[in-house]
Amino acid sequence: MKHESIETNAGLLIVLTLIVISIGGLVEIVPLYFIESTIEKVEVEGKETIHPYSPLELRGRDIYQREGCYTCHSQMIRPFRDEALRYGHYSLAAESKFDHPFQWGSKRTGPDLARVGGKYSNEWHVQHLIAPRSVVKESIMPNYPWLMKSLNYKNVRDRMRALKMVGVPYSENTAEYEANVKRFGEDVAKNLDILRAEENLLAQAASGNYDGKADDVTEMDAIVAYLQLLGTMVDFSKFDDGHFADFR
Amino acid sequence: MSSEKSKPTVQTTGHAWDGDLQEFNNPLPTWWLWTFYATVVFAIIYWVLYPAWPVGGSYTKGMMNDITYTTADGKTKTTHWNTRALLLKEMQIAREEQAEYLKDINALSFEQIRSKPEKSAFANSMAKVLFADNCAACHQSGGDGVMGRYPNLLDDAWLWGGSFDKIQETIANGRTGSMPGFKASLSTKQISDVSDYVLSLSGNEADAAAVKRGQAIFSGQGGCAACHGADAKGQDFMGSANLTDKIWTIADVSGAETAAAKKEAVMNVVKNGKTRVMPAWKGRLSATEIKILTYYVHQLGGGK
Repeated sequence: MKHESIETNAGLLIVLTLIVISIGGLVEIVPLYFIESTIEKVEVEGKETIHPYSPLELRGRDIYQREGCYTCHSQMIRPFRDEALRYGHYSLAAESKFDHPFQWGSKRTGPDLARVGGKYSNEWHVQHLIAPRSVVKESIMPNYPWLMKSLNYKNVRDRMRALKMVGVPYSENTAEYEANVKRFGEDVAKNLDILRAEENLLAQAASGNYDGKADDVTEMDAIVAYLQLLGTMVDFSKFDDGHFADFR
Repeated sequence: MSSEKSKPTVQTTGHAWDGDLQEFNNPLPTWWLWTFYATVVFAIIYWVLYPAWPVGGSYTKGMMNDITYTTADGKTKTTHWNTRALLLKEMQIAREEQAEYLKDINALSFEQIRSKPEKSAFANSMAKVLFADNCAACHQSGGDGVMGRYPNLLDDAWLWGGSFDKIQETIANGRTGSMPGFKASLSTKQISDVSDYVLSLSGNEADAAAVKRGQAIFSGQGGCAACHGADAKGQDFMGSANLTDKIWTIADVSGAETAAAKKEAVMNVVKNGKTRVMPAWKGRLSATEIKILTYYVHQLGGGK
């Protein structure tokens, strides 16, 4: 085929261009689904420690996305020394395997949040989200006072079902629940039960009381629950230094 | 590509628009072509040296078998080039280089560090960086805290004890300080009386009769003495505040100007209580880092 006949035939040019580009994409992306070490296995005593979000944490994550936190905060600690010293252990692929979409981000106007869970108290998060400069004077983060309004959790089951469709193991029947118990342990599995989603959400908000207001489940409860979970699902003290390097 | 109407120097594509508009068909510039070949060669060399091509469930690891680190069981391991192993190696080299300085910090007791100006200066300068990254978000960069929320580390009062050991314990394991609210169990009048008594303890003006009634509630029905102690001096092991000094951490008495405002501040705390959490840093910071921070925090205020 002469080059001229391709250049003078727009339809053919489009088709051939698409083929060439998709070969590039397929060669880079498809093998990752077959390479066994792409997503690390993180198991302690036979149970996977990285699990899908509880209903409350899931709503918190939705709010994180709604408010566009990802435009200023990344959730991806790269394997560099400066990042290890500041943020902790590098992020594992496994840690975002239940994220749809992942929140890795690529811009750090604020600090990385991949391991922010447990670093500050709930009270600090609430105060900091409402008025960042009241605790960090030099902060340029906007105020988010409206997070203290009541959380709409009526559609949390539908949200879980939607994630289930893309492969997140929320359970809707006994067999799926039993599989989750085997995979994550009972404490986690019961939080992944779609049919008990609302009652689980209310129970977690009540026992955690993340926003310091006992009488109301607020968006603040949800987002603080989510933030306090970030980066805490892998207990790195249980693994040797080189353990996760062996996956590469 | 071919051209019927070839000109002696440069070919055209052979098509004429608007009668005389033609398009040159220049060959690629030589510099561009050679740069392109060079990138192809670079790619091939890269494939050979670095991890590159997927093969079944694995991938080619590259010939650069040059990253050596020490495994957990003390053996030396050499592996193909990858960023995780590279980080491990760099961290180990850095740790080794720091070891010379840190071994003294690890070996010496807090008192010994304090008696050696050089070690003390080293610990303090290292601690400043750690403090800024981990502690300043709550306790503020100078360590003065936020009234009502995060304790001031510069004063002489220590809720959980101000000895080196106690501070180290606080940083490593975290603390949860919980003052219950009394609005359900005491009447407003009783809360008012107790507040008068509490204010009188540190020499603030208060109604004498109310103080007397408040004292009875403090050690009796209110149960305040159970945590704050009969002498109201607080107890380290449960983080209850010393109410007899002039240092306030929750009720902003020193910041209130009028007597009424001072009482209002105290009454609010008695009514609603306050729970404060200091996170545990054990998993996030190394034992040495916690030791260095302990030393720094101890000398920030009146460490005991």
